[in-house]
Amino acid sequence: MSQHTHTQGLVELCHVSRSFGQVKALSNVTLTIRRGECLGLIGHNGAGKSTLMNILAGTLALDEGDMTFAGQPLGQDYAVNQARALGVRCVFQELSLCPNLSVLENTHIACPEIRGWQWRKQAAAQMTSSLDQIFPGHGIKPQHIVADLSIGQRQMVEIARAFTAVDRPVELVILDEPTSSLDARVAQQLLSFVRRFVEGGGSLVLISHILDEMLSSCDRIAVMQDGHVVEVRQATDYTRDSLVEAMGHAASPTHTQSDVRSNESSVADPTASESMTSGASNAPLRVHQASGPAAHTPVIEARQGQIIGLAGLAGHGQSAFLNKVLMSRQGAGQVAFVAGDRQTEGIFPLWSIAENMAITSLKGLSQYGLIERQKVMAMANQWQHEMGIRTPSVQNPMGSLSGGNQQKVLFARALGASADLILMDDPMRGVDVGTKREVYERIQAEAAKGRTFIWYTTEFEELSYCDHIYVFRDGQAVEGFPLSELSEARVLSSSFEEDVVC
Amino acid sequence: MNRLMQATLNRQAWAARPWIWSYVAAVLVLIATWSFTGGAGAGELLSGALSFSAFFAVAGLGQMLVITTGPGNIDLSIPANIALSGALAMKVMNQQDSLIGLGVLAVVGCGLSIGLFNYVLIRLLRIPPIIATLSSSFLVLSVAIVYGRSVRIQPPEGVYQFATGKVLGVPWVALLVMLLALMMAILLKRTRLGWGALAIGQNPRAAALAGIPVERIRCCVYMVSGLMASLCGLLLAGFSGGASLSMGEEYLLASIAVVVIGGTSVGGGCSNVPGVWGASIFLYLLVSMLNTFGLGAGVRMILTGCIIIAVITAVSGSAVSQAKAR
Amino acid sequence: MLSQRSILSSSSSSSSASASAATSSSTSPPTSLVGSPEWRAHIPRLLRTLLPAFSLTLLLLAIFVMQPRAMSYFGLNLMLNLAVPIALATIAQMMVIAINDLDLSLGAFISFVACVAATWLNTHPVAGALALLACVGIYALLGALIHLRQLPAIVVTLGMSFVWSGAAILLLPSPGGSAPDWLRTLVSIKTPWVPLAIVASVVLALLVHLLMVRSTLGVRLRGAGGNAQAVAKSGVSLFKARVTLYAFAGVFGVLAGLCLVGLTTSADAGIAMRYTLLSIAGVILGGGEFVGGRIAPIGAVLGALTLVLAGSLLSFIHIAPDWQIGAQGAILIIVLALRTLANRIGARS
Repeated sequence: MSQHTHTQGLVELCHVSRSFGQVKALSNVTLTIRRGECLGLIGHNGAGKSTLMNILAGTLALDEGDMTFAGQPLGQDYAVNQARALGVRCVFQELSLCPNLSVLENTHIACPEIRGWQWRKQAAAQMTSSLDQIFPGHGIKPQHIVADLSIGQRQMVEIARAFTAVDRPVELVILDEPTSSLDARVAQQLLSFVRRFVEGGGSLVLISHILDEMLSSCDRIAVMQDGHVVEVRQATDYTRDSLVEAMGHAASPTHTQSDVRSNESSVADPTASESMTSGASNAPLRVHQASGPAAHTPVIEARQGQIIGLAGLAGHGQSAFLNKVLMSRQGAGQVAFVAGDRQTEGIFPLWSIAENMAITSLKGLSQYGLIERQKVMAMANQWQHEMGIRTPSVQNPMGSLSGGNQQKVLFARALGASADLILMDDPMRGVDVGTKREVYERIQAEAAKGRTFIWYTTEFEELSYCDHIYVFRDGQAVEGFPLSELSEARVLSSSFEEDVVC
Repeated sequence: MNRLMQATLNRQAWAARPWIWSYVAAVLVLIATWSFTGGAGAGELLSGALSFSAFFAVAGLGQMLVITTGPGNIDLSIPANIALSGALAMKVMNQQDSLIGLGVLAVVGCGLSIGLFNYVLIRLLRIPPIIATLSSSFLVLSVAIVYGRSVRIQPPEGVYQFATGKVLGVPWVALLVMLLALMMAILLKRTRLGWGALAIGQNPRAAALAGIPVERIRCCVYMVSGLMASLCGLLLAGFSGGASLSMGEEYLLASIAVVVIGGTSVGGGCSNVPGVWGASIFLYLLVSMLNTFGLGAGVRMILTGCIIIAVITAVSGSAVSQAKAR
Repeated sequence: MLSQRSILSSSSSSSSASASAATSSSTSPPTSLVGSPEWRAHIPRLLRTLLPAFSLTLLLLAIFVMQPRAMSYFGLNLMLNLAVPIALATIAQMMVIAINDLDLSLGAFISFVACVAATWLNTHPVAGALALLACVGIYALLGALIHLRQLPAIVVTLGMSFVWSGAAILLLPSPGGSAPDWLRTLVSIKTPWVPLAIVASVVLALLVHLLMVRSTLGVRLRGAGGNAQAVAKSGVSLFKARVTLYAFAGVFGVLAGLCLVGLTTSADAGIAMRYTLLSIAGVILGGGEFVGGRIAPIGAVLGALTLVLAGSLLSFIHIAPDWQIGAQGAILIIVLALRTLANRIGARS
């Protein structure tokens, strides 16, 4: 057995777990990455793909379990430097090039082994040969400054840099959505190089949302869900449909239960039908999308009192869409925003809870141009009560609240303003279940009063609170359907690209 | 457990009022001076402290508002502004009491325009405020040199009386600057402009998303800073019997120093009006104490510098430990 | 209705732009990458790199037209005499800007160095040299303090400017002192063909270019300013990077002070106060930027020369020297405006 793994498994993960606070990002994962294979990793948002790759790359430590490399156990101190020494390279989605340096200078940053009097020549030669091998006809000169390159070219440099071997061979490369900013031809070049690389004995982990890429390039595909690896099979055993099914169908029973409950509640909600009538009197908010080649992209439409859900994989243009709507309507003061990324987009850390709540509604809280303290406190106390924010006093600093309660403050800020359109940018990130319940109810009640919500969410079950759902992919809504047609398979199959657009 | 809570609460109360330290320091310095002199000239010292610190305070108030809007926001054009405004006021007033009103108007207009010009540079050229206010200060200073080169004009009698006069031992200037400080406090606590500036300083992205007109507020902030600096120029010219080109020079560093020592966060989002006053008084008293001790300007400056670095290290030390605790 | 239309227009314009960008990138044949669009993308970079040299040439031409005699060995030497210390100060400032900080104490520091050179270095050469060495050490310590406590460099260097000024006043309460003879002879060497100021500037620019641009050390230091996280992930110590850059700033500050006092032969405590702002302006004029580790040593030296020559030009076209500072400000604004323009062009193409 051990002999077997020694020849076959390059990296073995045994019952690996990793938690972030309450959230178990990875639980009990057992997975083998063999020599000379391309292993696909697929799953919806929060399935644990990026946690897994960060553990492989040494940027995250694991809580429990064991990891071996070429049969040798890796200790607790496994970190980036050791990963590099073993020949493990990682191309993250966020670019890790220095924009102020040239391509060859960036090569030195990643491969400090290149040194000496002729280092420029050496780095340039390494980089050119790597680029030539992977992306023939790339047109990138090693002397180019990275800031001057297009996003696609930067991605190419980053990938090529991961494959440059200076004094030890590259054993394992992890590519996270490598084709996301490459055009079809260059993506094809990369994928054929991936095959050549693994046929030459290298190992590769590929994460992609384009199903065809996965099916054609991978030897095996591991399907992840809620921190588990639920299935590992030969890529040839899968079809597009069965992949989508594998990602969705093993939903845990609690999910289905809550789905049913929420479905019922929103169907029972009288506003769902009412909003259609009120929509006739009030012109709906309409957002047309690109009129480019994809003529079938739907028009996003929000009627008064509706809750519109935006779905799809994270980072596919949902937040940008919300931003666009926000900026275009902000002058009128008719729109409010609930941030999901609380620390960078939501809270004012030096302020009290009351001040954080009141900031969007200051106009209504002032008299003769001066803000009335009493009115601010009255508003804060009222909304503390309405949202059930658990704090002894709204004058306490924002930092004294738990994450969930901070999120409630952001909801109170938006709901307390006079806006009739409320945009929500995945606001439930890292919020506990109890808080979520309360907020869902609140949103439905506000919608019943005639407010319109546009809600981007990465959690499937939250879509069941929406009247109409749009699935985003590559910066656009690619499909829209009413709640009655919502199914996990439908969202998944729209989120993952089935054919390569030419 | 309970005692621990009490202790943290106490510490929070102190942390919430960092300006107290500048007053504590000022009082300590005062006591040290008096104990050295045996209390002689106590009244003059206090009254002098009030009037001299008023000039620091008025320039510091404007700088404070700018610094409030976040890291990188600093107004380097204050010294040039002071020089130009002083010269402008003296020339427009032309030693006639009847022209005082016009002179004040001219000064106000001058300050607001310099602030607006700073903002336009920041916005149009998309350059950091430091370099924008730096380059505009070159221009303004040059105008001041050319404009104010002619013979030194005395201030009108009314302005001179106001700038040097006292009521019940308190200088008029100090009263005026106290009024300005009060207005600044109201601006920060009670107006949408002030709240907006504080919000931008804490988290500019969240501020924009919360519907705050970020650019409009930035513009206003620089204009207010310009206004404060030009008022400082007017008062200084009145106080010292005429404008001089170099009278603003020390305000470049001093305006930042009183803001930092006064407990305003350099990271933005937290400003401190009483602290600016406290720090101004402290700096003046420190000078006079060292003078009484017979120590020269060199020691005084070294001490000032060390105090600034110590204050910023202490403040950020607590911020670092807080971040770690989180 | 109005807001609806605005949504519509904004969405259609931005999405059509992105769509056209997508189509152009996907339809472009492989060879076109090396063709015109590729070349065009580098125009702003080219413009920005050439801008400092271009503005300096323009200035020299103007001076030459106004006053042909200025273009002699003697004339150039006279005009550029004080350029070398300013260029050195600019390089020192550039080191600090490379790691996204700003040194507001540079002018005071150079003044202090000048005072040390005019007193101790003259009377007790060993003590003086040790004091200057200690100055570099203090700069390195400042870098360490700023990094370890995550302090705003502006405030720390502001405090230091008081300290240096105070120390300078203690050392030299009234203008005076005298520069060591060897220093005076060193800065007034008569070089053949071209004046020393030009030779020194060229040597300085090339040396610092080698150090900061061509060497692997320079790459790591600039990388730390460009993308600190990524560089740290690759095992570069950000602490070492900052300390090294601050120490470099100290070294060049000391050189600036020595050079200055050699030229003026005596010192006073406020001799170089204007250098703080001039050095910042010089770095920016030379194509450097405040953030992102974007520095250009050759450009910085050219920027410093431009600032110095701007004053000479004004005197040649009979504009009162009062406007000299204003001209420096105007040049700064014009260059920054041109750069913004170049960036806009780049964004459009």
